[in-house]
Amino acid sequence: MMKAGTHFLDGNTASAEGAIAAGCTFFAGYPITPASEILERIANRFPELHGSYLQMEDELASITAILGASWAGRKAMTATSGPGFSLMMESYGLGLMTETPCVIVNVMRGGPSTGLPTKVAQGDVNQTRWGTHGDVGVVVYVPSSPQEMFDMTIQAFNTAEKYRLPVVVLSDEMVAHMTEKVEIPEKDEIEIVDRKKPRDPPEEFLPFCPDEDLVPPMANAGEGYSVHVTGLTHDEEGHPSVDEETQNMLVTRLIDKIRKNADDILEYDEYKTEDAKKVIVAYGSVYRAAIEAVDMAREKGYKVGLLRPKTIWPFPEERIYDLAREGVDSFLVAEINFGQIVFEVERCTAGAAQTYLAPKMGGSIHTPEDILERIEAIEEGEIPQFKE
Amino acid sequence: MSIRKSRDLFSPDYMDQKPAKGAAYGKHPLDGYLRKDRIPHIWCPGCGLGVILNSYLRALKDTDIAPEDTAVISGIGCSGRAAGYVDVDSFHVTHGRAIPFATGLKVGNRDLVTTVFSGDGDLFAIGGNHFIHAARRNVDFNVICVNNFNYGMTGGQAGPTTPSEAETSTTPWGGFEQPFNLPAVAAGAGAVYVARWTTFHVEQLINSLEKALKKKGFCFIEVLSPCPTGYGRKVGLKTGVKTMNHFKENSEIDHDADLADVALDPDDPNSKIIVGDFIDREAPTYQDVRGKVFEEARKKLGVE
Ligand SMILES: Cc1ncc(C[n+]2csc(CCOP(=O)(O)OP(=O)(O)O)c2C)c(N)n1
Ligand code: SF4
Ligand SMILES: [Mg+2]
Repeated sequence: MMKAGTHFLDGNTASAEGAIAAGCTFFAGYPITPASEILERIANRFPELHGSYLQMEDELASITAILGASWAGRKAMTATSGPGFSLMMESYGLGLMTETPCVIVNVMRGGPSTGLPTKVAQGDVNQTRWGTHGDVGVVVYVPSSPQEMFDMTIQAFNTAEKYRLPVVVLSDEMVAHMTEKVEIPEKDEIEIVDRKKPRDPPEEFLPFCPDEDLVPPMANAGEGYSVHVTGLTHDEEGHPSVDEETQNMLVTRLIDKIRKNADDILEYDEYKTEDAKKVIVAYGSVYRAAIEAVDMAREKGYKVGLLRPKTIWPFPEERIYDLAREGVDSFLVAEINFGQIVFEVERCTAGAAQTYLAPKMGGSIHTPEDILERIEAIEEGEIPQFKE
Repeated sequence: MSIRKSRDLFSPDYMDQKPAKGAAYGKHPLDGYLRKDRIPHIWCPGCGLGVILNSYLRALKDTDIAPEDTAVISGIGCSGRAAGYVDVDSFHVTHGRAIPFATGLKVGNRDLVTTVFSGDGDLFAIGGNHFIHAARRNVDFNVICVNNFNYGMTGGQAGPTTPSEAETSTTPWGGFEQPFNLPAVAAGAGAVYVARWTTFHVEQLINSLEKALKKKGFCFIEVLSPCPTGYGRKVGLKTGVKTMNHFKENSEIDHDADLADVALDPDDPNSKIIVGDFIDREAPTYQDVRGKVFEEARKKLGVE
């Protein structure tokens, strides 16, 4: 990995270095703006690390190749942006269904379709949660700085290994392309998690039988366990089954694996929420403008705070529920889309507070003034819910 | 329309006759290579898939490659179910994606003797792009393509290998597309080993499979196979035996055939089926080439 110390890195480079620090030795990808620098950095660095860099024919292949590599025992990653992420929805589902640890970095750009390739947006938030068909439990980290691109890529690998699933680092063009100070810790200060290995001999091993944490130990290919892995509904032996009971057990566990371990996975920051009457919810690059907006609003005498999800899935639902009951009268969600997380916030308040949106269609982030304007409008009772 | 009793697969009588899971296990020389509790399989009577799977396992046994050092990857389809029966590390992935999965698995662990076992639709319609790129890269694994001229699993629809005039469930008035000439596609894309056999040519098929298992690089074997249920019933090949006879009568072995000439004549169901061990050439594999480039890079960087 990179030498410990202070570096000056862009977000994409920091993410690639985070992957390397986490033990990633396999990368498959297809070039796309604004994620290509991750591929380029990895391609440049992997010879000396004896890693495998594969440039695939498309993103369908990229994500499927990292699933294969993961079953070969490698820590594997791919990186893309919206159009590629849409193609990946297919094998994202396969990875979730087969409980295959790996990391997908999605650097968001303006959509839909080819959209605004070189500019920021946050339109893929719900796609990471609901984009693949069927019911799933997912984990998605949202970095707000190059430092977090580094840290969260490591975290994503650790969570992927611990809970056995593809984990998404949902970055955006702004965070990916900004250059800032990044502190790289000493190697032995970085926590690295590896997948649980089977404790039973091959004859007795059930490859999809979970431990108490709902996560099954994982036997890699070539280790003598003769595992069968299928995207079909399968029982604890890994054999396909068409009965409803097996479907119920498997899908419930895949969802509960994240839901019941949410306390361990969930992360968020708060700023000046202690006495806040209004709470801004912002994530990714917009978080940076929102901090400033809080200070500006405070100067004007408004009691404003900030809740910033670091994992957007799982979502800090209980915290929002509690804030709504402890005196926050309204939430303002600032996101670069036409309202995605705002629905989640509204759901979590359960009617105990008002929820407002500061939307933006992509191309640039909100300025602190944009957000402040909204706060003032809310204070004056001007903004109808979800309108404008 | 009345249902004929003898064909009513869901009648209690028929269900009673079905062997219990694993009941027949232990009576076949390849049992050690099959997952006991997955037998009997789901394939139709007269289907060619059993012959092909059997041939693969016999070849594997003959090569003395340890089952724990092998992996089988399948996509989706009747052919794709093969991965579920073999008692080795086996992966049944999404439709069309067996090849990129195998690429990741093989590059991730080069000691695994890796074989993709899948259908014509899976490998050449939805997965066609992956096929040509894996062949171009010369990644070291084998692809067995079961060509039954249709999408068997979904009910006999036309696909990229269906003879052009054939009636299928989605070409009820007759077909109008040209099928792929698969050996030519494979060779053109860069495969180092290319063979075509039918389920009638079991010995030759096993020999080819053994060669492919031992050979380094991207190896492709097309196996023409009866699908009486999906394809045969509409084109006068209602039983597996009829299709086997068709293969027997119309096949001609020509190892040196010009691959431009081995296309299955789409307009004439009785045209010659040229089979053989068409191509066997040497070329450095993906990993060999990449290994060299990376080694040079390490020298330039002055690292081990
Ligand atoms: C993305 C996707 N599209 C469609 C299907 C439906 N489907 C399942 S099997 C199959 C065709 C398989 O044909 P082939 O590969 O020739 O296998 P065969 O059944 O003939 O052996 C299709 C279209 C699917 N499973 N996934
Ligand atoms: S539908 Fe065709 S390919 Fe599928 S099992 Fe039946 S005969 Fe075999
Ligand atoms: Mg087919």
